Amino acid sequence: MATRNSMLGGSLSPFGRTKALENEIDAFLDKLSESGLLFKRAVQIYLDEGASAEFDEKLQAVNRLESEADKLRRSIETQLYTQTLIPESRGDVLGLLENLDSVLNLHEGALWSFSIEQPDIPSEFRSDYAVLCEQSVLAVEAIVLASRAFFRNIEAVGDHMHKVMFYEKEADKVSTKLKRAIFGSDLSLSHKAHLRNFVEHIDNLADRSEDVADRLAIYTIKRTV
Amino acid sequence: MDVAVIIFLSSGLFLGWSLGANDAANVFGTAVGTRMVRFGTAAVICSIFLILGSVIGGSGAAHTLGKLGAVNALGGSFMAAGAAALAVYLMTKAGLPVSTTQAIVGAILGWNLFTETRTDAATLITILSTWIICPLLAAGIAAALFKLTTQVIRTAKPHLLRQDAYTRLGLILAGAFGAYSLGANNIANVMGVFVPSSPFTDFSIAGLGTFTSIQQLFLLGALAIAVGVITYSKRVMMTVGGRLMPLSPVGAWVAVISHSVVLFLFASEGLESLLASAGLPTIPLVPVSSSQAVVGAVLGIGLLRGGRAIRWRVLGGIGLGWLATPIIAGVVCFVGLFFLQNVFDQEVYRPVSYEISEPVLERLEREGIAAHIIEGLEGEIFESAPRLSDRLETEVGLDSEARDVVLRFAERKVLVIDPDLLDSLDTDWYGPEQINALRRIAGQRYSHKWMLGEALAAETPEWRFRPAELVNKIYNKELEKKLLALYRKFEIR
Repeated sequence: MATRNSMLGGSLSPFGRTKALENEIDAFLDKLSESGLLFKRAVQIYLDEGASAEFDEKLQAVNRLESEADKLRRSIETQLYTQTLIPESRGDVLGLLENLDSVLNLHEGALWSFSIEQPDIPSEFRSDYAVLCEQSVLAVEAIVLASRAFFRNIEAVGDHMHKVMFYEKEADKVSTKLKRAIFGSDLSLSHKAHLRNFVEHIDNLADRSEDVADRLAIYTIKRTV
Repeated sequence: MDVAVIIFLSSGLFLGWSLGANDAANVFGTAVGTRMVRFGTAAVICSIFLILGSVIGGSGAAHTLGKLGAVNALGGSFMAAGAAALAVYLMTKAGLPVSTTQAIVGAILGWNLFTETRTDAATLITILSTWIICPLLAAGIAAALFKLTTQVIRTAKPHLLRQDAYTRLGLILAGAFGAYSLGANNIANVMGVFVPSSPFTDFSIAGLGTFTSIQQLFLLGALAIAVGVITYSKRVMMTVGGRLMPLSPVGAWVAVISHSVVLFLFASEGLESLLASAGLPTIPLVPVSSSQAVVGAVLGIGLLRGGRAIRWRVLGGIGLGWLATPIIAGVVCFVGLFFLQNVFDQEVYRPVSYEISEPVLERLEREGIAAHIIEGLEGEIFESAPRLSDRLETEVGLDSEARDVVLRFAERKVLVIDPDLLDSLDTDWYGPEQINALRRIAGQRYSHKWMLGEALAAETPEWRFRPAELVNKIYNKELEKKLLALYRKFEIR
């Protein structure tokens, strides 16, 4: 796919701007996917060794990705509107990008909360936190793939979409189980509430991914009709 | 140049303006309606290519005078063009896509009625039937092309943005091409009748070539069309591109392409000669309406997708507009001619008279109509076709086919081959042998058109029609055009 596009871009210079914009959209999706992976690493590090220097480094990386993605998103949106591109799908693409951006923001927000609040996670819950994080990030990755397909291969959107739903359900199951375990333990209520907040921080990633997927499903129907 | 010509020219310009306001909208309507091309961009591209088409591509049509050429006096052309323009203007105001050709057909019928000129029933039926066939054909082509295009997109899987860029480019190219052919095909209608009285003179541009008076006249007409596009075409564009049925950008492109294909099928002499030389039946070259083609194409796409998105009320309005346009043009033309002739004392037609003279009787004998049957009418002059036709029917009892033959040969037209006029003939168009033949008969006088034709045919094979076979169709048509131009040139009034 990449080689074919670069060939077209090279031989048809009038489409240079189009090619550049395509690249920007791809870069934006790359940032989201990357920030998901960094998030998973950061949470794992926190679970293993607390708010270490390495954790801090990951947090800064996500932070950087978030602001770069913001810049890209604004640039894409401006070009779409000033060059009156894709008049039919312009609003949909705008909505999609902003919702994806909010998923990215959730990564950053959750990591900042880890860094500032430094929750004390008892060892018996750590593996469940790791599983929850795993499932949520898988949901994010699936929504990134679905979004790429929306731009490049509309018929493949469905292939990725159902995975988003699947991982979101899995994440829900783990988070419910984890919350029950937390509130069933003999920790203080404030500690329980604090731990619950972090379950929700992570679970929100999957929930928001599912929201984006629901919208994407409608955009896809609109494009194929 | 006299003031009357300027006044008469004004109705041609009005017709040009309405052509721009309505017909041009068919070309860019779907592109603008789907917001793929901004109205301003569309108007500029459309105007440029209309002007190019009129000035470069339209001059070939200068010899034919366009469809209004049938109207034989400037006053009549003025009214017919004005009536057609008014009808199109009213439809444009209502935002309905119609075509100038439909209005012109209506106006010519009005002129025919007023001047008691016979309307050729066969031609009329051909034109009317294309008004049904054309949208159907466009719908079929559009549906097939839409299916093909979606299939190609599904296989090629272009990026959303790239598909958008290609579609936009396709819409602009198709629109530019459509505007060029619209200009080339229609400028003769707008300005053709004024060619003989063109107020301009030829001048050459720094060795680049000559800018002929006809091209200057056509440029003026093209500017009127461009003004129509810029000032008034937006509403019709919106009807075509959105109100009738919401279209996707790809659908918009398919609609424009199908519309162009249909117009090409009905208007291409190149295709006709290609088919004819291959011995295949040809498609009748008739004025089809671009709005019928584009509306047909949009409907074709709509029906392919189940027809739910089509707004039938809008379609009904458009259909009524198609009926109303020729009727309004015909009625306005008829009433207008009455006033022009009786109140303003202008010549709106040159009366055509008929006479069964000695040579006509001889000629008819050769056509198989025995002279003794119609000898009783010899020497009498008939002021109009219906009068002669009636007499032939009631007194002689000829059937309608034979009556047509008699009418064709009995038409009076005094032609004198003026040697001075011979020098002004277009030597690029007429062959040297054809010009020589004309020189040899210089000074001769003929009382019927066919007599000149036969005199020329006797001089050289270059003036002879070839056997009526498909292969010769184009050749004979061209010869016919040249003869018509001669009749016009050497007529003594």
